[in-house]
Amino acid sequence: MSDVSFVRTEMLPEKAPPPTSAGAIGWARENLFSGWFNTLLTLASLVVVYYVLSAIVPWILSPTFSGTSLGQCREMLAAAGQESGHGGGACWGVIRERWIQLMFGFYPSELYWRPIAAFVLLAVALAPILFSDKVPAKLIWFSAAYPFIFPWLLWGGAVWGPISAAAGFVIAFVVYRIVSQSMSDLIGLVGGILVALIWWLVLSGIAVSALDSILPIGLEPVESRKFGGFMLSITIGIVAIACSLPLGIVMALGRQSDLMIVKYLCVGFIEFIRGVPLITLLFVASTLLNIFMPPGTNFDIILRVLIMVTLFATAYMAEVIRGGLAALPKGQYEGADSLGLDYWQAQRLIIMPQALKISIPGIVSTFIGVFKDTTLVSIIGLLDPLGLSNAIRADANWNGIVWELYGFIALLFFVFCFGMSRYSMYLERKLQTGHR
Amino acid sequence: MKKSVFLGALTVAGLTAGAAVAGTMDDVKARGKLNCGVTTGLVGFAAPDANGEWKGFDVSVCRAVAAAVLGDQNAVEFVPTTGKTRFTALASGEIDLLARNTTWTFSRDVDLKFEFVGVNYYDGQGFMVPKGLGVSSAKELDGATVCIQTGTTTELNLADFFRSNNISYEPVPIETNAEAQQQYLAGACDVYTTDASGLAATRATFEAPGDHVLLPEIISKEPLGPLVRHGDNEWGDVVRWSLNALIAAEEYGITSANIEELAKGTNNPEINRMLGTEGTLGEMLGLDAEWAKRAIAANGNYAEIFAKNIGEDTPVGLARGLNAQWTNGGLLYAPPFR
Repeated sequence: MSDVSFVRTEMLPEKAPPPTSAGAIGWARENLFSGWFNTLLTLASLVVVYYVLSAIVPWILSPTFSGTSLGQCREMLAAAGQESGHGGGACWGVIRERWIQLMFGFYPSELYWRPIAAFVLLAVALAPILFSDKVPAKLIWFSAAYPFIFPWLLWGGAVWGPISAAAGFVIAFVVYRIVSQSMSDLIGLVGGILVALIWWLVLSGIAVSALDSILPIGLEPVESRKFGGFMLSITIGIVAIACSLPLGIVMALGRQSDLMIVKYLCVGFIEFIRGVPLITLLFVASTLLNIFMPPGTNFDIILRVLIMVTLFATAYMAEVIRGGLAALPKGQYEGADSLGLDYWQAQRLIIMPQALKISIPGIVSTFIGVFKDTTLVSIIGLLDPLGLSNAIRADANWNGIVWELYGFIALLFFVFCFGMSRYSMYLERKLQTGHR
Repeated sequence: MKKSVFLGALTVAGLTAGAAVAGTMDDVKARGKLNCGVTTGLVGFAAPDANGEWKGFDVSVCRAVAAAVLGDQNAVEFVPTTGKTRFTALASGEIDLLARNTTWTFSRDVDLKFEFVGVNYYDGQGFMVPKGLGVSSAKELDGATVCIQTGTTTELNLADFFRSNNISYEPVPIETNAEAQQQYLAGACDVYTTDASGLAATRATFEAPGDHVLLPEIISKEPLGPLVRHGDNEWGDVVRWSLNALIAAEEYGITSANIEELAKGTNNPEINRMLGTEGTLGEMLGLDAEWAKRAIAANGNYAEIFAKNIGEDTPVGLARGLNAQWTNGGLLYAPPFR
């Protein structure tokens, strides 16, 4: 009996999967045509997509970039053989002629470098905060100086204005250090704030005009009335976002505080602001304040709007962060206490890093909401992109153009909001220390 | 520094509140700029061009006043106002003059404490319908759907008109003129009603303007004019007579082309008084002798301003109609310069 058994001594090489289950075909089979019902749905979806695109794509690809009026656009469309009716094609001439206005409003054109520089430097200033592991740590000093550079670049004026504003903080800090060492912390804090207020309200004005007469360095001032378009939206958005986060943290902590007056002040502020629509606050800023102030007082309209939008964003931010605080187990607070940390150390080292991480999606969606809410200022007569779209339509050449303007504005807003949203996802992944 | 200015202003506010306003004219001269309230954009009446320069029929009134008072028609700060912010902006002193197609009504003049200094455009509410509807009079609109801007006097006028004619309608509320155009073209309403000047401007943007007709009925009086605050009569006089100078200039044939020549002196004493070669009219206003000359030279007389911004050769294409001189059967009638 021959004992010849067939035993394979080496593995067969892997065969490629059958073409019907690999590559594009395989993917399509698995995801699109995996059964008669799914096949049907896929075909129906394709039909819908085709109809939508066949309406939109020719509209977008209309050869009207050089048009100088709606009538001319229509002639160009007719010449190009496209249907010139309402849905026939876009009139992109309006964007070509007005996009700079939509970006900068009425800002003097020879000074466009200033807002551009302000926003480029903003990216530099944000880098150490947003991407702390990728840039030199020293850059944080620039971030600290940036809040003073930003208004100076946009509004112009003597260089001594922002310097003296910054000096107020330095003075407050010095006074705080000296007094708190000789007396108590609280007296130091109060004294520091008082001295800073005296500096800002009384002395800094004198110092600025004195320095300016000795050494007049500065940029050409630009009035707030000249601000408009996306520059206005971004300015309001950035200021509101940058101020509302720290203020919101303070409010959230104040709301959880054991100090009764602090607690009820914070609760009252948050509930009042959240209970009032933003548009009401803007009307207060634009009309009521005007009536309260004596005739002839010129309290900058954009400053008023900035304050109101910041207050509004702060109230929402405080509640988002309170959510993060509430999500922390009690053990974290007790652990911090057991380490002998005082209140501020515990907040800084234990509580806030965790609470803020939990709140990131909420914080970013509040940011995005605030940025989009800036378009409401068009209702009080500021020419933000939406207000400008109305002003552009009031030009007899462009009267009747709707979709092109709104589409362009929507696209730009989408870019900013999508960017913020992607960053928040990146940040969540980076800080992912979860227990999964 | 901004903050110190603001807080300082608040402190000062407490001290000076209630103090009477110094003359607006002194303020304007000290500032070197006229703060003029305009709309955020209305075809033919006020709109910024691609360079951010404001142009339009109402804008020309601002420029004429600035030219008369400050000698420079570009010394104007245009403050865009909405229908909701315009009156507070004027009352609070944020603007010196409101030239924003605002209808002169009793309550605005008396109750809101403003002073309408004249009328620069006589408007009225009209109706636009598609030709295919086969309607030739607003009284045949029984049961029609009407696009109407909410919160305006046009809404009230419409209700009055339909009630007094005992016919019914269904309102389609809309917020802006742009929205109205879209809704009307999409067939969401049979009729669009707003001021006749606005209807003409809207119709001009249509693909086929001939397919739409404006009905003959004008159902309201909308005298639009510039206004100032109550109680500062010197300033009110300056604005009133700057406007009158534009209107009278048309009547006497003074145009931006021939004004230099006429300013050398003519046989017509009225022209001489206006242009400052005779009499002391400028001095009485607190201005120099050539105030009216500058106001007219800025953008021409009333007819020139009308023709350039909203006249029949522009896309808006309005006929003079009620806005012709009284000598031509219109309502424009400037009091004598004497």
